[in-house]
Amino acid sequence: MSQENIYKPYLMRIESIAEEAPFVKTFRLKFVNEEDANNFTFKTGQFGEYSVIGEGESTFCIASSPTKKGYIECTFRQAGKVTSALYRRDIGDIIGFRGPYGNIFPIDEWKGKNLLFIAGGIALPPMRSVIWNCLDLRENYKDVTIVYGAKSVADLVYKEELREWDHRPDVKLITTVDPGGETPDWKGKIGFVPTVLSQEVTTSDNTIAIVCGPPIMIKFTMPVLEKLGFKNEDIYTTLENRMKCGFGKCGRCNVGKVFICKDGPVFTLKQMKDMPDEY
Amino acid sequence: MNIENKILKQTSLEKLVVKLKEEGKQIFAPVKKNDVVEFAGISTLQEMAEDYIVTVQSAKAFAFPKVETLFDFQLTKENVNIVEKDLNAIPETILLGARPCDAAGFESLNAIFTWDNLNDNFFVERLKKMIIIAISCSKADGRCFCTSVNGNPGATKGSDILLTKIDNGNYLAEIITEKGKAIATKYADLFETAPEVDKNKFIADVPVKFDLKTILEKIPGAFENSLWVKQSLRCISCGACAYVCPTCACFDIQDIHNGHDGHRKRSWDSCGFGLFTIHTSGHNPREVQSQRWRQRVMHKFAYMPERQQVVGCVGCGRCSRGCPVDMNLKEHLINLAEEVAK
Repeated sequence: MSQENIYKPYLMRIESIAEEAPFVKTFRLKFVNEEDANNFTFKTGQFGEYSVIGEGESTFCIASSPTKKGYIECTFRQAGKVTSALYRRDIGDIIGFRGPYGNIFPIDEWKGKNLLFIAGGIALPPMRSVIWNCLDLRENYKDVTIVYGAKSVADLVYKEELREWDHRPDVKLITTVDPGGETPDWKGKIGFVPTVLSQEVTTSDNTIAIVCGPPIMIKFTMPVLEKLGFKNEDIYTTLENRMKCGFGKCGRCNVGKVFICKDGPVFTLKQMKDMPDEY
Repeated sequence: MNIENKILKQTSLEKLVVKLKEEGKQIFAPVKKNDVVEFAGISTLQEMAEDYIVTVQSAKAFAFPKVETLFDFQLTKENVNIVEKDLNAIPETILLGARPCDAAGFESLNAIFTWDNLNDNFFVERLKKMIIIAISCSKADGRCFCTSVNGNPGATKGSDILLTKIDNGNYLAEIITEKGKAIATKYADLFETAPEVDKNKFIADVPVKFDLKTILEKIPGAFENSLWVKQSLRCISCGACAYVCPTCACFDIQDIHNGHDGHRKRSWDSCGFGLFTIHTSGHNPREVQSQRWRQRVMHKFAYMPERQQVVGCVGCGRCSRGCPVDMNLKEHLINLAEEVAK
């Protein structure tokens, strides 16, 4: 395989499509080639390059958990050329996928800990993989708390799964929408994620925090966590930067000497504090 | 392997070009056209430019083309068919008259394209099929600074054979690699036994302008230095520096198709462009030009040395010659060395 083409995607067939929120869809993808399916493994936190062949590639996380075998899922919002082309695909259509790339959430190191997941808007997908991975190995972890917020009720993604988590006795789910984003029958909180977090979470004891959201949410969430006593090395996030290759060659995702694609996308706050402010 | 010294007469070099051409190899050399010297295909030595410092564009395109196809594809209603390129079909290419800085540039590119043993075989295979017969520089200009970045107008690194023009129009031929040796052995009648030659007498004098060690040591800590803003105020974000650079490897990937079939292509890109890092949301990690200038310099002098153990600059000066607003990298590095040494 000395001449392997590292840019050649796997072909994947769209098995099912879920409409998550306005302009947000989840694709369940299966390998067209059985041999590819058998050889493929990934770990939670990794990402890939998804493409509509003819339109180009786009970078998203793998939104499903490695514990769910036989398929991968991606969730994306229609925004640019490639995601618009993806958005128009139907069940049965073939798309390209390269990956998995990047590092992982170290869930083995988290055994015996409480887990606090904090996500905002379209940033739940990268966290959904690790949430399900931990829920499928539920006995390894103590309390599991999920704080999830979006602009409006309509913008909350994975509504089915939110209901499921809400009903599970072994998961504490707190959902919130920005003020003005509520509907008359909204039962969750109203307020921004950092505010709701400071009201609902009172301890950092034996807890790992996993945070993912828009830069503004991250910015205001970190001080709340630090105030709760979380150590920088116990706060994890997954970063995204524009990418083309996914493996450290195209030269655009680096933050200082750190390549998001190779060294990340998963970083602790401790690692991020050593990085220049260019992400 | 040990470097072997031979003498190659001008007439022997002429014959060598003809022989290599007869073998079916493609030969590229600096050719003067409309007062601009660029690499172009030649069949005889006479076509090669005689008087040049360096070509405007570097030699990198021979291993990393400006635009290249990563694969072809055919689209039908039901299916997608990916057709891969046959990398074995890449022809053997001779690069004659490249400069030692051109040859050295491939080492930096190679470090990126083979980083952590993940090979970009488009680059790797092209480089494998390339034979570099470089010619030492007998002249330099004010933009040259190879000696400040571990280089030399007569350096052998990266070349398979290095020719240095000595008295009587003859060349000293240093046979550097197995690839070079294969040619020298095959055409042994053209490569004559060499007397002792002091090569340094025949190469350009390029004074050392700054202390690379200081830059490499101090620049990683200079991220917040105000010099980045000062130096880049005039930058117009045209990207010319990256396009002429022998070590700039950043690229874009785009698809083109006509509805039935098409190609996934990669093309050169530049960290100097504002859109290079912009997110779909509109957020841009490098919003202003000074951040992009800093990225360009720090990538070459801080990130590559740390991550790939090579310096990402060979001191050819092309970026300074190609810059429409006269940003002179050598001068900026001199200032930077002074500033970071404080």
